[in-house]
Amino acid sequence: MTGLFEKLGSISLNTFQRIGEIWLLFARTLTYCGKAFANRRLITVQMVEIGVNTVPLVAVIAVFTGMVIAVQTGYQMMRFHAQGLVGPIVGLSITRELGPVMTGVIVAGRVGAAMAAQVGTMKVTEQIDALETLATDPAEYLVMPRFIAAAIMLPILAVCADVVGIIGGLLIAVTQLGEDGGLYITRTFQQLEISDVMSGLIKSAFFGMIVAIISCYQGLTATGGAEGVGKATTRAVVLSLTLILVSDFFLTVLILGGKPG
Amino acid sequence: MIEIRGLHKSFDGNHVLRGIDLDVEQGETMVVIGRSGCGKSVLLKLIIGLMKPDRGSVVVAGKDVARMNRAELNELRKTFGMLFQSAALFDSLTVGENVGFGLRRFTDLSNTEIAHKVAEKLELVGLSGVESLRPAQLSGGMKKRAGLARALAMDPQIVLYDEPTTGIDPILSASINEMVRDLNDRLGVTSVVVTHDMASANIVGDRIAMLHEGVIRCVGTPEDIQTSDDPVCRQFVEGRADNDVEEPIVKSGGSGNV
Repeated sequence: MTGLFEKLGSISLNTFQRIGEIWLLFARTLTYCGKAFANRRLITVQMVEIGVNTVPLVAVIAVFTGMVIAVQTGYQMMRFHAQGLVGPIVGLSITRELGPVMTGVIVAGRVGAAMAAQVGTMKVTEQIDALETLATDPAEYLVMPRFIAAAIMLPILAVCADVVGIIGGLLIAVTQLGEDGGLYITRTFQQLEISDVMSGLIKSAFFGMIVAIISCYQGLTATGGAEGVGKATTRAVVLSLTLILVSDFFLTVLILGGKPG
Repeated sequence: MIEIRGLHKSFDGNHVLRGIDLDVEQGETMVVIGRSGCGKSVLLKLIIGLMKPDRGSVVVAGKDVARMNRAELNELRKTFGMLFQSAALFDSLTVGENVGFGLRRFTDLSNTEIAHKVAEKLELVGLSGVESLRPAQLSGGMKKRAGLARALAMDPQIVLYDEPTTGIDPILSASINEMVRDLNDRLGVTSVVVTHDMASANIVGDRIAMLHEGVIRCVGTPEDIQTSDDPVCRQFVEGRADNDVEEPIVKSGGSGNV
């Protein structure tokens, strides 16, 4: 019984220590954001990696997501002769919720894993130690550029997902539901408000920050060679995904002020 | 220059350093010898503040490294150069960018001046013309020499060498020994060299300290160490395998600190 409590106590302490370390890394990274201009080259490299190189994947997934929402809602709406609602439903679902979350999930899987693997490999091959001996804080040189790049590029990717997702819905509405394309677009934008798009963009900026901090933290605390890097990468993706979905709920409630719609 | 007092360090219950006392004078080359895994590299990391001691102090230029904040530590580190056992070159940068890393970040030198200085340091270690190569394209010995060029790029006052001659051929090994000696004689650089290569220790060291079972077992000039009566010291110097004891296990990567 004592052993069980000891184990529980050890797990709790370890968890709280890790949470504390993540917050400290976040705080340290924020203090270096003032040096963003001096590190603009590093930020640009990360913006290309996180943003530009992820656009094709986001586009493919967004177009199919838009199409599947249109198919699902379209056939239900046809029963009530309300196909005209498909456009607004696709538009609102994508811009408010699916665009940002989908982008966050894609970036966590594609970029977060790469970040954790790269930083983790640097840790286990003493490159992080070498960086420190060269009077450079890894939080400034490695984490801050990724943090800023992710916070900027995630909303841009979310906008791409919004546009492509709406186009996916349009394709289904026109080809399968017999909707008029012009009418579909008009109805969609009649229902969409700028606040819908903005709420999605704010959320995606947060998701970008989460992916960057969690992935870099896991990399910086990797130990034990290739196996350790592999575990750090898995932890980075799992924790980033979990935090994206949990924070999505709280951010949505916060942005909507607790009121639906 | 470097005063180490009562230094203790443990990893997961493995008490690696058990009260190190050692002084390194300004301009001196101190060689720390000892068996693999006895904590020599840990000692170097404690000197440059990459690890915090459990007890004891490392005072560099009058200041306790463990009590410095990050900004003070970074200022101090600008006066240090460190050669890692694995060279630890940044694999996302070219060799030239690796060597010029500190110069680009902390000096106002133009790109041309930096390129000139990088070429000069690479020439010093016998690696001219490899600026545009990636570390992955270099052999083990070349990586080590590029790491040495990076450590020397900022003209440091103190240089820490972690196994500088391990993994390179005898001729290059001799030239690195000469270089360490030359830096000490010509520029008065203070050096701490960690090695288990006794030939190298005898050439580069003004003094040699033997680390054994977590403490400094003996310290003296190379001649003192060669003629030491201490049985452990004699066994190491003569490279005898009799009365061998099990190798200690050091888990220096287990701290997991950010």
